[in-house]
Amino acid sequence: MGKQSKLPTPDSSHFGAYGGVFVPETLMSPLEELEEAYGEARADEEFQKELEELLHFFAGRPTPLFHARRFSEHVGYRVYLKREDLCHTGAHKINNALGQGLLARRMGKSRIIAETGAGQHGVATATVCALLDLECEVYMGVEDMRRQALNVFRMELLGARVTPVDAGSCTLKDAINEAMRDWVTNVENTHYLLGSVLGAHPYPTMVRDFQSVIGREARRQILELEGKLPDLLVACVGGGSNSIGLFYEFLEDEQVRMVGVEAGGEGQDLGQHAARFQGGRPGVLHGTYSYLLQDELGQVSATHSISAGLDYPSIGPEHAYLRDLGRVDYTSVSDKEALEAFKILSELEGIIPALESSHAVAYCMKIKELTKLIGSDPSDLRVIINLSGRGDKDVEIIRDLRQK
Amino acid sequence: MSRLSEIFARNKKCFIPFVTAGHPDLETTREIVLALAASGCQVIEIGIPFSDPIADGPIIQKSSFQALRHGYSFAHYIDLIRQIRRETEVGLVFMTYMNPVLSYGLEKLDREGAEAGLDGVLISDLTPEEYSRMEPLEALDTIFLAAPTSSDQRLQKIREVSRGFVYLVARTGVTGRQSDVEASVPKTVKRLRRYTQLPIAVGFGITSAQDVSKVWKYADAAVVGSAIVSFIETHRSEADLAQKVGEYVRKDLISAP
Repeated sequence: MGKQSKLPTPDSSHFGAYGGVFVPETLMSPLEELEEAYGEARADEEFQKELEELLHFFAGRPTPLFHARRFSEHVGYRVYLKREDLCHTGAHKINNALGQGLLARRMGKSRIIAETGAGQHGVATATVCALLDLECEVYMGVEDMRRQALNVFRMELLGARVTPVDAGSCTLKDAINEAMRDWVTNVENTHYLLGSVLGAHPYPTMVRDFQSVIGREARRQILELEGKLPDLLVACVGGGSNSIGLFYEFLEDEQVRMVGVEAGGEGQDLGQHAARFQGGRPGVLHGTYSYLLQDELGQVSATHSISAGLDYPSIGPEHAYLRDLGRVDYTSVSDKEALEAFKILSELEGIIPALESSHAVAYCMKIKELTKLIGSDPSDLRVIINLSGRGDKDVEIIRDLRQK
Repeated sequence: MSRLSEIFARNKKCFIPFVTAGHPDLETTREIVLALAASGCQVIEIGIPFSDPIADGPIIQKSSFQALRHGYSFAHYIDLIRQIRRETEVGLVFMTYMNPVLSYGLEKLDREGAEAGLDGVLISDLTPEEYSRMEPLEALDTIFLAAPTSSDQRLQKIREVSRGFVYLVARTGVTGRQSDVEASVPKTVKRLRRYTQLPIAVGFGITSAQDVSKVWKYADAAVVGSAIVSFIETHRSEADLAQKVGEYVRKDLISAP
């Protein structure tokens, strides 16, 4: 698994003050069982070998590191795209779904439940369940089901049951609530395949480990192509799994700067965006202590982003820790900027990015902000953008917007 | 000795109803709590609503979402306790989630709650492990959940941080799912008794007088939530709601066979 525990933490279940285990007692026994099983699997060469083979032959890894020449010309410095959009099912989500799917099978669980926002994680989970012959139920907010109708159909084609969640804001956070309730009820035969570096320990660590293949490949690839490490890594941050997946392998390379890009939505008021580090404060949601968008009474706030995958009020606890350490910079871009980046990358490179990934691309187009970050002219920069997913799922949204 | 300890020492078997604060509104909650106290309940759990109640089933969720629309803060809930305490010595416990408590301040809730006459607090998603990393509460009793799936090691951890009583979850799952008190519950009570002298209350899935009397055979208290919240919801617009809730609890839930 490469280098482990790169950062000193007071104990294995926390990232500094963040993370931990905030769940009803009924979930403690399955979480402890999961922690133990994952610890064993992590050290088991057979397990790692099977995962590696599936990542290669089934998911299509390694994904290329692509020098985006026309986009580089456009922004005035050298940009590489880590092509997670080329993974089977169209996004990085498959890396984690395969890892946890194998783990569930190893634990003797016959049923998988998952939550999904944009539908990418749901599709990846349904795919892995078909492959491994596991029963699959995906919880999805009714609002998201409307926004991502095609992905609902894809999951059903793969043999999964998609269960609508009609509570609260009817989006990702409510789907997670319902998946957690299902898990409490059916722990005996069910594994909860959480899709991001969120939730109670061990999920943030385990999902990071499964996604860190992105950074391991990218580091090797950039060294081959450039003969040196990159100056900057950029990735969008919803829950934060694609970004931590890219960043993790580089954390000890002090010369490599990193930027996580949150969803700035359509304004700065609570409810108009999903920029936890700008409008949030630490709090507890879904089992973990991290930055959280909430009102003054501690009620979790509604969020907005054009991208369903970034539309979530909390952020992975390791990101909160990396931010406090000053190791990673976090910023946000607006819906409008993301849409512009979506268009530019499609036209210049023939790559239609997911709206989530478009946020990372958009940041790289903000030359002033970039100059401020590095303290000099960016023209000599070598930058890797994590292109976490492809935009096919978003074309309908884009078409509707243009017709308006 | 805390009021909760005294109550359990005085009453061989206790009945603990749960109501959501602010459902349908705080003034009605005050009336309902007083009616419950007058109907033979020894301790009352008052649910402080949270936007993401992962431990609760559909009935309590719905009552929470309705209550949240009022926009009450902890200051209102503490004031509710102050008003109730003027009229009764019934045990009063807040049941809520970590985030609203963190937002208000754990220490502030401890101090102001106790001053108003609150007896204890149960935070559904606070584990003994995480609580041990915090400044412990001084005034309020701290009630923690235990479950049939909790290992002996966990039961000991739970015991170490618990005051007032221990709340044993009768079934895996969320509040209010079908009535089915699991066979493993009496066994868990026995296991718990090995580690603690504290009274043991059993809740989740208790919906009838029959369930209640079953629980009383091996535990000290029975907690009923969803059935009562559902009753309140059905009769919410009736003028004598509080009185009706009291009657329902006395006749349909507590009445000894």
